[in-house]
Amino acid sequence: MNALTLWFHRMGSPPTFYAFAERWRPWFLWSGLLLAVFALTWGLFFTPADYLQGESYRILYIHVPSAWMGQFVFAVMAVSGFVALVWRIKLAEIVSLASAPIGATFTAVALATGSLWGRPTWGTYWVWDARLTSTLILLFLYFGVIGLSRAIEDRRKAARAAALLAIVGLVNIPIIQYSVYWWNTLHQPSSVKLLRGDTTIDPSMLWPLLLMAVATKLYYAYSLLSRAQVMVLEQESGKDWVRRLAGAPAND
Amino acid sequence: MSLLVAPTALLQHDLTLAWRRRAEAVNPLLFALMVTALFPLALGPEANQLARIAGGVAWVTVLLANLLSLDVLFRGDLEDGSLDQWLVSGQSLPLLAGARLLAHWLATGLPLTLAAPLLASMLGLPEDAALTLLAALALGTPVVSMVGGTCAALTAAMPRAGILLALLVLPLMVPVLVFGAGAVEATLTGLSPLPALLWLASGLALALPLTPLACAAAIRISAQ
Amino acid sequence: MTAESADDRPPLIASTRLAFARGNEPIFGPIDLSLGSGQVAVIEGGNGSGKTTLLRILAGLLEPTAGTIAWRGEVREPWRPIAGDIALLAHQLGLKSDLTPTENLALVVGLSGGRAAMPIRAALAAVGLEGFEDLPIRRQSAGQRKRAALAGLLVTTASLWLLDEPYANLDHDGHDLVDRLIGMQLRRGGAVVMTSHGHFAPVALPFERLTLGGAA
Repeated sequence: MNALTLWFHRMGSPPTFYAFAERWRPWFLWSGLLLAVFALTWGLFFTPADYLQGESYRILYIHVPSAWMGQFVFAVMAVSGFVALVWRIKLAEIVSLASAPIGATFTAVALATGSLWGRPTWGTYWVWDARLTSTLILLFLYFGVIGLSRAIEDRRKAARAAALLAIVGLVNIPIIQYSVYWWNTLHQPSSVKLLRGDTTIDPSMLWPLLLMAVATKLYYAYSLLSRAQVMVLEQESGKDWVRRLAGAPAND
Repeated sequence: MSLLVAPTALLQHDLTLAWRRRAEAVNPLLFALMVTALFPLALGPEANQLARIAGGVAWVTVLLANLLSLDVLFRGDLEDGSLDQWLVSGQSLPLLAGARLLAHWLATGLPLTLAAPLLASMLGLPEDAALTLLAALALGTPVVSMVGGTCAALTAAMPRAGILLALLVLPLMVPVLVFGAGAVEATLTGLSPLPALLWLASGLALALPLTPLACAAAIRISAQ
Repeated sequence: MTAESADDRPPLIASTRLAFARGNEPIFGPIDLSLGSGQVAVIEGGNGSGKTTLLRILAGLLEPTAGTIAWRGEVREPWRPIAGDIALLAHQLGLKSDLTPTENLALVVGLSGGRAAMPIRAALAAVGLEGFEDLPIRRQSAGQRKRAALAGLLVTTASLWLLDEPYANLDHDGHDLVDRLIGMQLRRGGAVVMTSHGHFAPVALPFERLTLGGAA
């Protein structure tokens, strides 16, 4: 057994995981917040305006990292779901299940900022732009996973069903995105895109963007650990270590 | 081959059952015809206008008609203990699941595909585009049955999963819809429908080996 | 409950420290069970004691919380039945009400690999369904449906029968029928595990008893 699987197995023990999460949670939160404040200050005040879109492009510092996170979290959800189904590791089930609402929120933020950005660029809040459309479908995929997991009462069964759906979704995401781009070119693309694939981004804009990408991942780690902690407590309620945590006397 | 004995028996069983319940089996077809008839009523009978949206209308209609029949694809078997028998039999579950998905396509997807000329003439689609619609449906409806059936296996244990099932299936169906309707659109605008049809074919080639595996995993989760 | 086999062959099915819990609530276990050919085990216990759950675990439909199952001396994890080796009679009989007994049994034969231990019509006659072979299950009584499912056991070549309340819904003749079928299965070298409330244990047959739910 290599070091990684060993670590996973140790983390599979609920009290160990809970202690681990308790210890690292604040670090992820504060480093994420500080980095985000730094990157946004840089991006909003110290980078040049876009020659075409003026100041409005600056919403990109929120829109793009959120869109990245929407896809990244889906991948994490599906991969941990795969681990949960194949190796039956409880922790992977929890990671998969806990990721869904976080990823859905990031995707929703990407959609909202995208449509706000669309207002000055296109003069309307919604255009069937390929990028926005595939983000919208991603959001529906998240809703499917969340809806399925909520509809099944047995928590472990819910986690396994949601994990399988996430895997099916992950296989489909590249196909969906390709088909949406294909559809977009078939129906004459809008001349101004929010992000042009062929333009190179100025390094002065790139750095704050990359820092924001790191900051959102740190926040994700914080949020994931918090949600997982709650789920572990729910699953383990009644166990002695949970009683001790709650300050009640253990009955052993 | 001995590996195929059980799936063949299941296919035969499913088709007998579909024939016995044929009054129910034609419902998706009637639904598709009814919904298609709503469009001229809603948008006016101008043939040009209808033909322009015909590919999309036909595909959305077919997707929804499939959805209606997918809901019960595994639920009855879960409730009457048939799925337990599948699992206890020790036969390859992906092959059994594949047989069930094939039976679903034969009972639902194939009739809808064969109804394509009828749908096309209702929507005033020219002949060459109607032919493209037929080809696109022939390639796309098996994918709908396979991917939709996998989602139906996931919701089999829920007594009323209709809307949830739609939420699971429809986003996954976006590529089939885009390429299926795109093929018809391409023919209408004088382009070749071949690229879109080839994409549909490769989707089918991808779904054929993968969905029975996913469907088998879903059945195991639901049957527990 | 370990029965000594007359020979050195490993038991047909054996469980080691098998236990099941629903959430944090233990249902039963740990159970060590070993069953060779020609043996019957009766699982007894009140409602909610986990009889059906144990049977479903032995059938590979449910995963135990702890413990392992060995088939012919070989531990298999996760436990999945080998093609055609196990037949299950559950509360839900697995019959399609729109099909006839003959049509339903055709699938049973197919699922067990295509080789019927006995022709379908002969099996239906043996359980007293002569004349009802081609009448849809929907139009038959609960007892007749149960008999059709029992005929399903006869057509398979399964070496282990798992029977959940086999006497339920049957009249007196039906009880005798179940006893006769179990006797046949044992004579052909098979084994049977069944659940029972205790009222209708097979009086005519020697059997092992396994009681769930505290009284063990």
